Amino acid sequence: MIGLALAYLRDRPLTTALNVLLLTISVAMLILLLQLGNQASERFERDARGVDLVVGAKGSPLQLILSSVFHVDQPTGNVPYSSLALLRRDPAVARAVPLALGDNFRGYRIVGTDESFADLYNTEIAQGRSFDEPLEAVFGASVGAQTGAKLGQLFVGSHGLQEDEGGDQGHDHAPFEVVGILEPTGTVVDRLILTSYETVWDVHGIEHDHDHDHEGHDHADESEEDEGEDEAVEDGPQILQAEGSGLEEELTALLVTYRNASGAIRIPSLINRQTEMQSAVPATETARLLSLLGASIDGIRLFAWLLAITGGLAIFVALLNMARTREGDLALLRVMGATRVQVFATVIMEGVITAFLGAILGWLAAHGLIVLATSSFATLSDLGLQAWAFEPMEGVLLLSVLAIGAVAALIPAWRVYNIDPAQTLARS
Amino acid sequence: MQLSVAQVGLSYGDRPVLKDVSFTLAAQDSALLLGPSGSGKSSLLNIVCGLQTPDSGTVTLGDSVVASASGVADSDEARRRSMGIIFQTLRLVSALTLRGNLLLAQKLQSGAHDPDLIESTLLKLGIAHRSEARPFELSQGEAQRAAIARALVVKPKLLIADEPTSSLDAANTQKVASLLLELAKDAGASLLVATHDDRLTPYFANTMTLSEGTLEHAKVSA
Repeated sequence: MIGLALAYLRDRPLTTALNVLLLTISVAMLILLLQLGNQASERFERDARGVDLVVGAKGSPLQLILSSVFHVDQPTGNVPYSSLALLRRDPAVARAVPLALGDNFRGYRIVGTDESFADLYNTEIAQGRSFDEPLEAVFGASVGAQTGAKLGQLFVGSHGLQEDEGGDQGHDHAPFEVVGILEPTGTVVDRLILTSYETVWDVHGIEHDHDHDHEGHDHADESEEDEGEDEAVEDGPQILQAEGSGLEEELTALLVTYRNASGAIRIPSLINRQTEMQSAVPATETARLLSLLGASIDGIRLFAWLLAITGGLAIFVALLNMARTREGDLALLRVMGATRVQVFATVIMEGVITAFLGAILGWLAAHGLIVLATSSFATLSDLGLQAWAFEPMEGVLLLSVLAIGAVAALIPAWRVYNIDPAQTLARS
Repeated sequence: MQLSVAQVGLSYGDRPVLKDVSFTLAAQDSALLLGPSGSGKSSLLNIVCGLQTPDSGTVTLGDSVVASASGVADSDEARRRSMGIIFQTLRLVSALTLRGNLLLAQKLQSGAHDPDLIESTLLKLGIAHRSEARPFELSQGEAQRAAIARALVVKPKLLIADEPTSSLDAANTQKVASLLLELAKDAGASLLVATHDDRLTPYFANTMTLSEGTLEHAKVSA
């Protein structure tokens, strides 16, 4: 009877196509919302895991979280390097991770930090080793895969946090060397390039005290090496050094993990009231962001469900019309030996097949759109959306759409079930 | 397989349509049921096919009760298993090709396909070249033969035809009558033809006439 149901659907291609299209659009919208909502939430949760507080320059707290935890927005400014020591000295702080941002390589952010970053995100080295010397860099797994970088390769960072932002402002005087590639973490780290924050200072010509973090590193040698490299890349470095001589040691933000609950009570107010910095709680800001988006998402979701119901109504009207115009056919089926249940099932199958086609095409359209969107829009790509990730709720959604098809077919099928072949024959 | 119609009666309101109709059609035998419009011919045919329940009497095919006044009958199963029915108007399912119709008929009857039987039947009826045509693409004559093919490919024990020659000229009437008799004989099926067309009388050894709901038997030599 499935074959017969398909034949009837093929017999009225325009109506079938329109009904399928309605359901396709609604399913695509619902799946997109589901995917974007869930993946964004998961992503936010994963990326912010272990970060209780973010300390940065005053400005929008949401912007601070987006730029420092999710790496999708511009930083609010810089904070003094001394704030790192201040926080690390606090007994309520278990960990304070410094971040120094400002450059990118092919759109991947170069993050100046230290070994505490690896502790926070539980990163592991897949190839090579961690950064140690100035201008050494470790690639996140996605960066390594996308750029095809090999250990020992040199690359030049560009100013700004997005590709092309710095355009012609490449730091040609200070090429980085890839010394390691990380195992995939499923977090934002996969899309970052890690180096020491002193390197970020060096690249930007910020003079700093080389003793405080270069463990056992001989800076006299480094200076000589730097000078040697500088000579090889024309006059850039001298200019930058000259320009940078007045700059202070600064960080972009600090990711703080509390040792105990007292930190959550004391530290944010301490920072917000007694310093020129601000603190922001990722969980709060993420919840605020999601709640801001929530109203719009709910509105679109309602519209998509209305569209799905419209699709169901269209199926209902088409099948009801069919039940009238095809009465002779259905009576003939009964004459040929089809039972009432078989004829009933044929009509139900038409509704379900239409819904099934809409559901499958909608699912493909939604995931295809994610592929298209992530390849076209850097922000979405930066969110790390997985195009073909299957959410269990998608199964529920697809089944709901099939149910809409079946329910829409119920009344027409019931009419067909009650067809009296003898009366139909008499009329014909 | 013997068809037995025993004391079948039917009324529409106060108007009696069939009055105590009884007849027997032996296995592989053929009979013509003659009667003008309004004689109750179509109602009797519907009851014989198990599509309508009589007010009284019983119809059996072999051991199966096809229709019964008590309502206890296995009409769908009997029709599906043992009957090939050719109607004047409802010939083929519109959404399927001619071949698709024949395959569906076989599928409904036994759950299996017999493509060889379909091919040979289409060849016998001279419409093999139209097997992929949709019903609306067939001429009147082709559609009629297609309906005969649909009834035959299920290997029926009883072939029933309702007004098979109503719109045909004399030459084609003869062709169709001969064809039905020949095909029924080849298939080992009984044949019951209901018609108002008395041009068919010479082709059938057994003729019954239905008049105002009462059956009159007549034996006619061909």
